[in-house]
Amino acid sequence: MVNKRIDQPTGTETVGHEWDGIEELNTPLPRWWLWTFYATIAWALVYVVLYPAWPLIDKATAGTLGWSSRGDLAREMSAAEAARQGVFKQIAATDIEALGNNPELMAQAIAGGAAAFKVNCVQCHGAGAAGSAGYPNLNDDDWIWGGTLSEIEYTITHGIRWEGADATRANYMPAFAGVIEGAQVDAVTGHVLSLSGKAKPNPAGAQLFADNCAACHGASGEGMVAMGAPALNDAIWLFGGTAADVKKQILAPRHGVMPAWNERLDPVTIKMLAAYVHSRGGGQQAAPVALEAATTGDVAQTPKAETDG
Amino acid sequence: MADQKDIERPTPHGEPPRDWAGALGSDAETPRLASVAEDVGFMGSALYEKGKTIHNKRIDGPFRRFKWLVMLVTLAIYYVTPWIRWDRGPYAPDQAVLIDLANRRFYMFDIEIWPHEFYFVAGMLIMAGIGLFLVTSAVGRAWCGYACPQTVWTDVFQHVDRFFDGDRNARIRLDKAPWTASKIARRTAKWAVYAAIAFWTGGAWIMYFADAPTLTVDFWTGNAAPVAYATVAILTGTTFWLGGFMREQVCIYMCPWPRIQTAMLDEKSLIVTYKDWRGEQRGSLKKAAKNPDQYGDCIDCNMCVAVCPTGVDIREGQQIGCITCGLCIDACDKVMKEVGRPRGLIDYATLDQCKAEAAGAPATPAWKALLRPRIFIYFGVWGAIGAGLLFALGTRTHTDLTVSPDRNPPFMLLKDGSVRNAYTLRLRNMEARPRDMEVALMGLPQGAVMWTDAVAREDAAPTQVIAVPANETKVVRAYVMLPPGIDEDDSLAFTFRLTSLDEQRETDLAETTFAMPEDDE
Repeated sequence: MVNKRIDQPTGTETVGHEWDGIEELNTPLPRWWLWTFYATIAWALVYVVLYPAWPLIDKATAGTLGWSSRGDLAREMSAAEAARQGVFKQIAATDIEALGNNPELMAQAIAGGAAAFKVNCVQCHGAGAAGSAGYPNLNDDDWIWGGTLSEIEYTITHGIRWEGADATRANYMPAFAGVIEGAQVDAVTGHVLSLSGKAKPNPAGAQLFADNCAACHGASGEGMVAMGAPALNDAIWLFGGTAADVKKQILAPRHGVMPAWNERLDPVTIKMLAAYVHSRGGGQQAAPVALEAATTGDVAQTPKAETDG
Repeated sequence: MADQKDIERPTPHGEPPRDWAGALGSDAETPRLASVAEDVGFMGSALYEKGKTIHNKRIDGPFRRFKWLVMLVTLAIYYVTPWIRWDRGPYAPDQAVLIDLANRRFYMFDIEIWPHEFYFVAGMLIMAGIGLFLVTSAVGRAWCGYACPQTVWTDVFQHVDRFFDGDRNARIRLDKAPWTASKIARRTAKWAVYAAIAFWTGGAWIMYFADAPTLTVDFWTGNAAPVAYATVAILTGTTFWLGGFMREQVCIYMCPWPRIQTAMLDEKSLIVTYKDWRGEQRGSLKKAAKNPDQYGDCIDCNMCVAVCPTGVDIREGQQIGCITCGLCIDACDKVMKEVGRPRGLIDYATLDQCKAEAAGAPATPAWKALLRPRIFIYFGVWGAIGAGLLFALGTRTHTDLTVSPDRNPPFMLLKDGSVRNAYTLRLRNMEARPRDMEVALMGLPQGAVMWTDAVAREDAAPTQVIAVPANETKVVRAYVMLPPGIDEDDSLAFTFRLTSLDEQRETDLAETTFAMPEDDE
């Protein structure tokens, strides 16, 4: 059968077999090609020994190097963890009101806080920190317990009306059901709504307000941060701003509860959370004296000084 | 063929010349009497072919001089470019050509490319591709013959061979000689020079990716990045191996470009050709003197084969191994001059020109092959892309603003009843100096103000000035506030306008919306 011959047009020898008139040319490959092929076989043999290769019933052969992609992940995760430690230490050592002096550190604290917020806070305050009825909005400029960095940090640390936490923020508005009668309730409601221009002035309600409410909520309904008494003269209503909502709150007030997060989170995370909440657009600056003390030194570093200058 | 004869007078593959038309597959084939017995290699069959070192003979001539010129220019560009300094001020590197991968910038003299402008690079790559088409249809495989790095470095290494071992015959003799001390010494020295050139080549490559003087110091003091050492090692290895040993094997077996070009060449493409109608029947001067009528101009001296860097016999016609370097033209012209026959037995010509010439038409100058629609079309496309890129480069601004509004919450009611929206602004400053940029609100009702994460709400105003560092994109969280009492339920369309506060006054507009609360009454 083997009948090698020279193919006429190409001048190349055939392999010597013929299938129904079809022949194959024997064009020689360069020999280094053959050695390359052997080299890949050798490579594969070494690879099979060093790395996971043969599939078994429930796993694969491990390979003598012990390499695994899971191990790679663990290594990278711990490397990232270690890389973060420096920043965490720096945040831990910085007073929270002084964080703003170091914009880079502040940015990292905000980023860390944003991550922690998604895990711990969005359940009540919402993914955009906009809250809902009964759960305060953290983006606005209305702060029941204060909106400076340190006040926010305190609130997160000790919670609100959190049982078992001694330092927790707590207040209880008395229920006025039974204390004031139907028409009086309407009058006070009318006065409260008039404070923010939502209703006409109500002199009877004003008197009742002065007697029963002004002690905490202030003579003109401006609220009192020290006691956690909400301002009533603004556009923001925690439990709703209609007459029915206000009346309901006067007769049988609801009181929100927030956990004391120092039971679950470390101080650095709480600090970062405070920085994030403060950065949402409504954060307040600490009292001028404290701020001045905190920012002397490297004012030039802060972007604020740059743009203002 | 006997070995002795092989050394003195190399033979081509020993076949009669291919017919012109035969190359195009039209006319009847000449029967050929090839012998493959010589090539029997591995395992007693011709399944694998033992590598044959090409020992090309030195030649001088116009094409060789052109090859020298291209080699020197391209090597000079490659080795010298990273060391050219280019002052860009204190905020940008002073290296003329720098691919700054870490900071995602590409510097080329006065041009700086940012990642979002990568279409310039894509456009240049497309131009390079079409440029290869253009060159191939105009002058055949000129890229392969003169400018391809594989060709240039192979040429360099072949000159090193020549320097250490002498010209063709001396090198063939040395190859066959036993491994004496002197041969070992010669080979060691030669390979050391190979290695030095290869190392220099690999070392020059990394200089494009970092500040060259700094990197050089870091490299030798062991402070460079591991990737720098790895890159140099790999490129040194590949240059040593591909340039020093693989050479024409790369062109014939590894590179896809010759295969692509095969499809792009036609009867009108300039290629290096042997004019067999003039050269055949081959015969030595002695034979030709006896029977002048029987012999053509080719005196069968094999100089064209001896000088070929890829070892092909051009007299067999166009073939994959021919890189169109023209050295055989130099060789043949020289021989023709010596024997007193007209030059151009081997020459740049198209198959059509050859056919016409063979039929008795006067010789056409090679450049006439350039005047054909295909070349104009390629050139038109190539030029249009180039012009488009230049236009884009000339008219691009160095300032850019993008705005993404906060989606959650879309708006925010504040204590006094005013409404606030938050936006993330990205202000891009592509100048190599810090610039102040003014952001203004356009198209919002009276009383709209803005402030940022760096500007307190007390300083809210319809415009804000933001300092953007040199060569950076500054991300700013901006708040826009509408005063209470604007009775509008739908969101309001408006525009942020960015203006650079310098003599350029570059502006950019970014349209977005202001979300309003739904009326709850």
